[in-house]
Amino acid sequence: MSRSNRSRTLAALTAVCAVPMLVAACSGGSSGGASGGSTGGAPAAVDKAKEFSVLLTTENSQTPAMFKSLAAGACKAENDALPLKIDQTPSANMQQKIQLLAGQNALPVMFAAGTSLIAPGGDLDKAGQVLNIKDALTQLGVYDQVTPSAAGVVDKLYSGGFPTVPLQSNIEGLFYNKKILADHGIPVPTTVAELTAAADKLKAAGVTPFTASGKTGWTISRWIGALLFRSLGPNAMSDIKAGKAKLTDPQYVAAAQQLQDMGKAGYFSNGVTNIDYDTEFSQMLNGQAAMMYMGSWFLAQVNDPKLNKVGDAIAFAKFPGVNGGKGTIEETPANVGSPNAMSKPLFGPKVGAWLTCIVKNYGSASLKEQGSFSGLKVNTPVPNLPPLTTQVQDVITGTKTSVLWFEALFNQKATTDASNNAAPLLTGNMSAQDYMAKLQADLDSK
Amino acid sequence: MNYVLGNKKAIAVFLAPALLVYLAVMVIPVVWSFVYGFYQGNPILGFEFTGFDNFTKLFTDDTTRTATVFTLQYAAVITIGQIILGYSFALLYVFVLRKSSTFVRTMVFFPVVLPTVAVSLLFARMFQVAPQVGPVNALLGLFGIAPIDWFDSGAHAFVVIVVMDLWRTMGFYAVLLYAGLIEVPEEIIESARLDGASGFRLVRHIVLPLSLPVLLSSIIFSLNSAFKVFDSILALNNGGPGTATTPLNLYMFQTSFIYSDYGYGSTLAMLITVLCLSVTLLIFRSSRRDLTKA
Repeated sequence: MSRSNRSRTLAALTAVCAVPMLVAACSGGSSGGASGGSTGGAPAAVDKAKEFSVLLTTENSQTPAMFKSLAAGACKAENDALPLKIDQTPSANMQQKIQLLAGQNALPVMFAAGTSLIAPGGDLDKAGQVLNIKDALTQLGVYDQVTPSAAGVVDKLYSGGFPTVPLQSNIEGLFYNKKILADHGIPVPTTVAELTAAADKLKAAGVTPFTASGKTGWTISRWIGALLFRSLGPNAMSDIKAGKAKLTDPQYVAAAQQLQDMGKAGYFSNGVTNIDYDTEFSQMLNGQAAMMYMGSWFLAQVNDPKLNKVGDAIAFAKFPGVNGGKGTIEETPANVGSPNAMSKPLFGPKVGAWLTCIVKNYGSASLKEQGSFSGLKVNTPVPNLPPLTTQVQDVITGTKTSVLWFEALFNQKATTDASNNAAPLLTGNMSAQDYMAKLQADLDSK
Repeated sequence: MNYVLGNKKAIAVFLAPALLVYLAVMVIPVVWSFVYGFYQGNPILGFEFTGFDNFTKLFTDDTTRTATVFTLQYAAVITIGQIILGYSFALLYVFVLRKSSTFVRTMVFFPVVLPTVAVSLLFARMFQVAPQVGPVNALLGLFGIAPIDWFDSGAHAFVVIVVMDLWRTMGFYAVLLYAGLIEVPEEIIESARLDGASGFRLVRHIVLPLSLPVLLSSIIFSLNSAFKVFDSILALNNGGPGTATTPLNLYMFQTSFIYSDYGYGSTLAMLITVLCLSVTLLIFRSSRRDLTKA
């Protein structure tokens, strides 16, 4: 190759390399984060949205059904002004989709997104994409539609921010089959010691004590959170977030170890690694397992006669306490369901009207049509509720102190690792120390 | 025609459109991805220059280490399996079945055209132990072996992944190597037979050396595909349990699109590229030496 050819080739290569460098360096976020933060909820004068676009996970069958019901009923006028359009994506792909849309400034009006993305200081929040729902509802004059318990959970979860519409209000605890317990002479456990004794007795009788889903790992890792809140008190996980404690501290590893001991003792379903979320539910609803740690959204399946083969045998109990623990059985793990954030740039009069209609009607509609609870007030009383639904509703109403859940304050990597490594922890393929060390390393990384 | 094809300017005009598309779709994104390796960020917030931090992290990140080890183990086992099985089938087609090999070739090739995700879901069901015992565990039960949870540990899951990917791809290599074997001149095999060579000696001393070029191409192709394995493992068990069976490609995907760290994800992509390139060059070099000796 001649010298002039060589230098021409070199120049061409340099150009090819330089262009991407410049573009990468200059590429910013959608609005460059210049209007960062989620303060201010006043609707813009004109709607930029052409439709009330909603992006939810495919696994969420409840919210789309409710929105469609509202669009045809109580919110028909709002729907006529701004038609509802629902898109769904598998939860495994949601993070990727949200990032892509945010990078193109094309997020829909309402969207599901990870807690860490929409929390104050999260990527979407810093890019000015997240509406402060409290401010928006206050401007619209309907903030009183949010129940105090839901408001409390949101405040705790988002450190004073309010980036989600609390369409759901859930508590977590122990769903159990009262017929199975009664048949084996086992009282409802109120302490963890009673719980493991009950599991021992059930296992000896050939009954599966607990069911969980290895494929949906949080159904296992929530046990760790429940054990931690009972033993270390309601600040167990917020201390981790604040840096006052580490997951690798002995008292935290002990909770993971306790769960692993239960797994190794064979208290959980055989082949738990293979079990998916729906199978876990069906094991409870077919009477194949005695107990399950789950949230009150399970009531939608319990109240479905097509799915529930054991009828009113399913009951609910608060997660047992730990003798000598700093927490009490009265501290109820609570959440407001998957995050439902709203786009700050797209918030306008018609979107505001839709939001107003949702907060005024969703509470009653979800209780009446699905038997599930919302963080929004029930304005139209719903008579003839199933007894279990009434019991759980009473627990929600009577909850004075709520606690969050194990992964509530984790970043995305720690949340994913907590879930993906839960089954290996339970089966003994990963030590409790390694599990907690992995999560702590994720929390410590940038 | 000769005037047109002999004219460099004419050649440039004909090649330019395809070259432009190739540049835009292949070369520029590769360079762009390499450049991202020096940055940290995501499409939401933009990118911040971090120098060689991402490259340093390659050596300190435990998950990268386990993913690299798994990828190398997987590539070695799968490549050896694909080549041995593919070559065995090719020999079967050429020397045993001969003209009646068409049906067997088609049947063995059939899994290659099946969607990868469908095959993964099929094998997940076949090897499951809950909620129902799958066919594999049922078969083990016939021999008095207790059901095995094939997805509870990396070692067990590795067996399922290898069996699945070998079943799915051996037909392709069988056909590829068959195409190479039928190029071996019949006269050479006849004269070798007349000289007393048969069976294993015929294959080792005559067939194998003459089919070496296609064999080496298959090895390179197999290794490069194995290093980039992604969808079959994602659909089977998402690289679990934990990250025990997470290959580099899947870890790169998770780093970029789930953990929102595009910079480090790009660095991992570069690592995979370097691995593929190194192995390819190594094989090319050793094959050049062999041809010189021959």
